[in-house]
Amino acid sequence: MQVTMAVNGVEVTREIEGRLLLVHFLRDHLGLTGTHWGCDTSNCGTCVVWLDGEPVKSCTVLAASAGGHEVRTVEGLEHDGELDPIQQGFVECHGLQCGFCTPGMLMTGRALLDRNPHPTDEQVREAISGQICRCTGYATIVRSVQWAAAHPDGAEATEPDVTDSEAVPSGSAS
Amino acid sequence: MTTTEPKRTERFEDNDQKPVGYGRMLRKEDPRFVRGKGRYVDDVQLPGMLHLAILRSPMAHARIVSVDTSAAEALPHVHAVVTGTMLADKGLAWMPTLSNDVQSVLATDKVRFQGQEVAFVVADDRYTARDALELIDVEYDPLDPVMDVRKALDEAAPVVRDEIEGKTDNHIFDWETGDAGATEKVFAKADVVVSEDIVYPRVHPAPMETCGAVADYDAVDGRLTLWSTTQAPHAHRTLYALVAGLPEHKIRIISPDIGGGFGGKVPIYPGYVCSIVASLVTGKPVKWMEDRSENLTSTGFARDYVMRGEIAATKEGKILAIRTHVLADHGAFNGVAAPVKYPAGFFGVFTGSYDLEAAYCSMSAVYTNKAPGGVAYACSFRITEAVYLVERMVSRLADELGVDQAQLRLDNFLRPDQFPYTTKTGWVYDSGNYEPTMRKAMEIAGYEQLRREQEQKRARGEIMGIGVSFFTEAVGAGPRKDMDILGLGMADGCELRVHPTGKAVVRLSVQTQGQGHETTFAQIVAEELGIPPADIDVVHGDTDQTPFGLGTYGSRSTPVSGAAAALVSRKVRDKAKLIASGMLEVSIADLEWEKGRFQVAGDPEQSVTIQDIAMRAHGAGDLPEGIEGGLEAQICYNPENLTYPHGAYICVVDIDPGTAHVTVRRFIAVDDCGTRINPMIIEGQVHGGLTDGVGMALMEMIAFDSDGNCLGGSLMDYLIPTALEVPDWETGYTVTPSPHHPIGAKGVGESATVGSPPAIVNAVIDALRPFGVHHADMPLTPSRVWEAMCGNPQPPI
Repeated sequence: MQVTMAVNGVEVTREIEGRLLLVHFLRDHLGLTGTHWGCDTSNCGTCVVWLDGEPVKSCTVLAASAGGHEVRTVEGLEHDGELDPIQQGFVECHGLQCGFCTPGMLMTGRALLDRNPHPTDEQVREAISGQICRCTGYATIVRSVQWAAAHPDGAEATEPDVTDSEAVPSGSAS
Repeated sequence: MTTTEPKRTERFEDNDQKPVGYGRMLRKEDPRFVRGKGRYVDDVQLPGMLHLAILRSPMAHARIVSVDTSAAEALPHVHAVVTGTMLADKGLAWMPTLSNDVQSVLATDKVRFQGQEVAFVVADDRYTARDALELIDVEYDPLDPVMDVRKALDEAAPVVRDEIEGKTDNHIFDWETGDAGATEKVFAKADVVVSEDIVYPRVHPAPMETCGAVADYDAVDGRLTLWSTTQAPHAHRTLYALVAGLPEHKIRIISPDIGGGFGGKVPIYPGYVCSIVASLVTGKPVKWMEDRSENLTSTGFARDYVMRGEIAATKEGKILAIRTHVLADHGAFNGVAAPVKYPAGFFGVFTGSYDLEAAYCSMSAVYTNKAPGGVAYACSFRITEAVYLVERMVSRLADELGVDQAQLRLDNFLRPDQFPYTTKTGWVYDSGNYEPTMRKAMEIAGYEQLRREQEQKRARGEIMGIGVSFFTEAVGAGPRKDMDILGLGMADGCELRVHPTGKAVVRLSVQTQGQGHETTFAQIVAEELGIPPADIDVVHGDTDQTPFGLGTYGSRSTPVSGAAAALVSRKVRDKAKLIASGMLEVSIADLEWEKGRFQVAGDPEQSVTIQDIAMRAHGAGDLPEGIEGGLEAQICYNPENLTYPHGAYICVVDIDPGTAHVTVRRFIAVDDCGTRINPMIIEGQVHGGLTDGVGMALMEMIAFDSDGNCLGGSLMDYLIPTALEVPDWETGYTVTPSPHHPIGAKGVGESATVGSPPAIVNAVIDALRPFGVHHADMPLTPSRVWEAMCGNPQPPI
């Protein structure tokens, strides 16, 4: 069957099997591998994308049923090459380690802030409670979302790689 | 869920002890991850790539009568269907495990655990490959499974490994450490002896990314490239060479971005071997990616120790001796990941952080019809089990003596002047200063105030508990004189090149699964050479690009590879000094090193930077006599000893009297991992481990029914903490450098996983004291806590 949907603002049309999951459509057919596949039971949330602005677990959405709708993935978070504040927040606050759950967490975090620009920590925890991170212990993810809430226009310096460093390089005598 | 305002930041009183040059630095790897541009194994797409799926046994123990693959082969878009018999013809039906046992790649004679690999299909896409699995017809002849570890050695027990010639029971090995006679004497004279049966249930690392591989065999030049979810690419390359008979120089293992490992990606799994075979057979690249159920039911479990703990003390509270017997369930194949001479891993550190007169452990390991593995789940080779045993027994003793848990530990700690300290089981703790770490945790917790609060709550009928644990870990395996994995010494290589413009590339034999190596190792080199971290690229996870070494697990990256990175930098600096002496026309004795430059002693205006030196090293000008051009070095670091980080953890729980639900209200972790390179990353490592601890203590267990069905085969059944089950962590630290490590660092990746479960369980038992409860096993789910409150705590297995 043929399916047409808008993915990150671009209309795409593909011939697919009716049983194809949205997560595999995005990854295998469109090459958008930022969305991950971590379980088969809607428990882990590494596959969260937006369907018409609402976070959904793309491992339990048929690609066919996304036809005619708007899908946004982690690849669609940047604005003209600038990181979204939620992406900056995760870098600033060490909100990720292995990075596997991160795209899903970013999509949920951004959606939360769009509805509630100043959530409490408990509201952030509630929002991400359908997703699992095995690395961070969640506290830094909460801080990351709160960083984005506190910096709605992002950081002043948009160089996220190596900033805020106490590590002024210097040597010790050998 | 919190009633006390959580403290959000680390306490930095010890900043004056922080070595110059290290510190919080944002991670170099993050920009790609937050853009969705990480590259994991399942993201690899090669032209013409096929997909592999594995048929797994629905039974725990059964003879294979027949396998009919004809219908699967007839399905359009299927390229190959391979069974154990076909692999046997190639001599590939069995492969060695990390413990010198063998494991079936695809079953030939019988299946030995539910989820075992029976056949595989290669097809054009992953959906078709799975369709074809449905069409394979396997006839099984069911056998009684061995599911109860306590009955595995019964004479009547079915024999799991009857393919081993002469094997008539399920016994794998017996092991002991310490002095049985001396320990018995101490127990005989002790005023107080407390014993307890303690189970550390089977759990699973369950990284968010499951295991998988893409195998690409080039038949023309005989080269195999394998993208693989491995924590140890070099070790895997050597083992594939030995197993599959491929020449080692024709194998390239790429371990790209890895979505968490926690020990689960140390072993070689049948799926990797199947992928290689599939690429050899089809002549095309082949991808295998297991699903979550396959991950939970077939790849490396952790723990599964049934322990009898005994502790002896004087009536004044001096701990004298610890003794234990362990029954270890290794599943159907002995695939424990541990150095060869250590069949029980580093369980020998069960003597903990205390000055004992004697200690003894005996252990029997057995086969059962459960998945093999026995990996460390974020733990250095069975230290989690050891620390849990000793820390439960010490709290149990405190309970018996009616003294405070924290005070009993303070009264029995090794003193700083006793280090280096040789334990009664022969481990040499390199350094430690335990009391300040414990005091700091108590200070952050407000320990005395918490005890008063508990008293008031008890008077009101509320159930609150405070748990303490203190751990000493042994990490950074290990000295090659006595540590190897299948004959490969546990050393690590490192190579450093400084380019003409002063930018550098450092190549590691370890690789990251989220630990932040690309940042931490740049900082180590930056500290040693004065080149900014941004100018240093860290290359890892590719056997063609990096020197040999044993990989990342057991918190060994910083203790072993971190030392290698520091020493290779010093080698480069030594050469730079020779070149600098030529450039400045002074003798090397007159040069001093200062912030990325060599300067003339007494005349700091006369200096050359490391960047100047790099250009000269590669340039056209003369170099001092006998000095080769270039500025690079290589090293293979063989650690002198393990490193021994320690920490003090305090947990506060509230238990709902109506539902027996345990809430971790506060958790205080004070870690001492020696020199701290990047506090932000260290804090992250600790947070993650604490969350593992909550999972194991309260939620996680791979359970089986008596027929051998795995009851933890999905994330609906195997429960992992979400953001709602864990508190906002409170962390602190002390710094006791390792005396033998070049930069004094000890490793921290697994400390919190090791140290937190006993703190949580001790808190729950402390809460339940009014109910007369002295012990209850993990996982402390509401139903199990309820049973304990009703006076009937049951072991989980």
